[in-house]
Amino acid sequence: MSSDKDRKIKVIVAKPGLDGHDRGAKLLARIFAEAGMEVIYTGLRQTPEMIVQTAIQEDADVVGISSLSGVHNYFFPKVVELLRQNGMDDVLVVGGGIIPAEDIPKLKEAGVAEIFGPGTPTQKIVDFIKENVRRK
Amino acid sequence: MELAEGILDGSVKSLARLISWLEDDDERAYEEMRKLYPHTGNAYVIGITGSPGAGKSTLTDKLTQALRKEECTVGIIAVDPSSPFTGGAVLGDRVRMSKLCLDPGVYIRSMATRGHLGGVAKATNDAVRALDAFGKDIIIIETVGVGQDEIDVIKIVDTTILVLVPGMGDVIQSMKAGVMEIADIFVINKADHPGADQLETEIQIRLEQDKHTKSRAWVPPVVKTIAVEGKGIEELKEAVKNHRKYLEKSGELEQKRKRRVKEEILSLVENALIKILQEKFVSKDSFDRVVEDIISGNNDPYTTAKELLKRIGVDVTIQQEGGIK
Repeated sequence: MSSDKDRKIKVIVAKPGLDGHDRGAKLLARIFAEAGMEVIYTGLRQTPEMIVQTAIQEDADVVGISSLSGVHNYFFPKVVELLRQNGMDDVLVVGGGIIPAEDIPKLKEAGVAEIFGPGTPTQKIVDFIKENVRRK
Repeated sequence: MELAEGILDGSVKSLARLISWLEDDDERAYEEMRKLYPHTGNAYVIGITGSPGAGKSTLTDKLTQALRKEECTVGIIAVDPSSPFTGGAVLGDRVRMSKLCLDPGVYIRSMATRGHLGGVAKATNDAVRALDAFGKDIIIIETVGVGQDEIDVIKIVDTTILVLVPGMGDVIQSMKAGVMEIADIFVINKADHPGADQLETEIQIRLEQDKHTKSRAWVPPVVKTIAVEGKGIEELKEAVKNHRKYLEKSGELEQKRKRRVKEEILSLVENALIKILQEKFVSKDSFDRVVEDIISGNNDPYTTAKELLKRIGVDVTIQQEGGIK
């Protein structure tokens, strides 16, 4: 077995749907990399199927989805569901962007581990991932 | 299920996990690789290299789409650099390959260099083997954006495509000595930009010069492309096919692959030795004392290295006499 220091946390940062606001997603990609993670940035206009295929091919530990256009109630649970269908239950799914507070409990119930809204200290997101990521 | 069995059974998940183990240098990976090895040797491997922003990802995307029309299955390994400071990486090559994402005949893997120099990662070669065993017909390695000297890709691939872009002037000049030598095929991408013809002339002059110094049966063709528009891709595909035919006919392919196996064995031994030395000596406190000894002038690195090797059973004096070869 290799030591933990050889292991890298792999994060997919994805923008679903037609939402073109990717400044936040790009910033987070940089922040995760600065925290020593390997970040696969997918670019815009991703479908849940594309995000999950990417996660499978890249053996991702974390999928981070950012949405500012109100598609989160469909997209986030769909990603979780497709991951489960593919036997990837242990992949951590986190979300960010503009998510109304009343939607959060439902998303969590659907299997999204955490939602980070605007203004969240980035270190908090990094810490959450490091604490909750699977060990393979 | 064991990963090797999964891979031979067509499981993308098993393949993806094995590549992670290879990247992490996890010992479990090598047992699986041993099982996969008899199933390798069928894939044809293409390397796409060139400076940052030359269009490597877009070319990889378009070339793959062209290959898919011929029912070839394709595996892609896209390498990007790791930060030497944090160890992290932003791997962005998939952005240009969105169209391939849902094609079951294509597997794409992003790979960070993790400190490995030379334009590819340490695990790239083994990942190629895994993709080969998985059954991919063609494997494409997209290197990191290279400068002059990152030419390790030629040790792994059958055909090396060097992507150049017009308008880099002096940079092209300085590139001429290093990376220019490894091209089996030159691509001038962004060929609609000013300076494309001049660049082609420069390459042709270089190839003309080569005739005076090398007895090379294969003269690298120059293919002009505008990758974002899909122009020149069919020509590029044909150029790869021609090179493959040439390698197969001339027997060079076999030679290349023999050389590769040799290098592979040597690098496995090298890695194992370095690991032993790291774990047994270098990471121990006593090693600091050895270093102190040298700094204070009581010893020198040459004697110390020799002693270290002796402790793992390698006597360098024998080697100098030709005993170990």
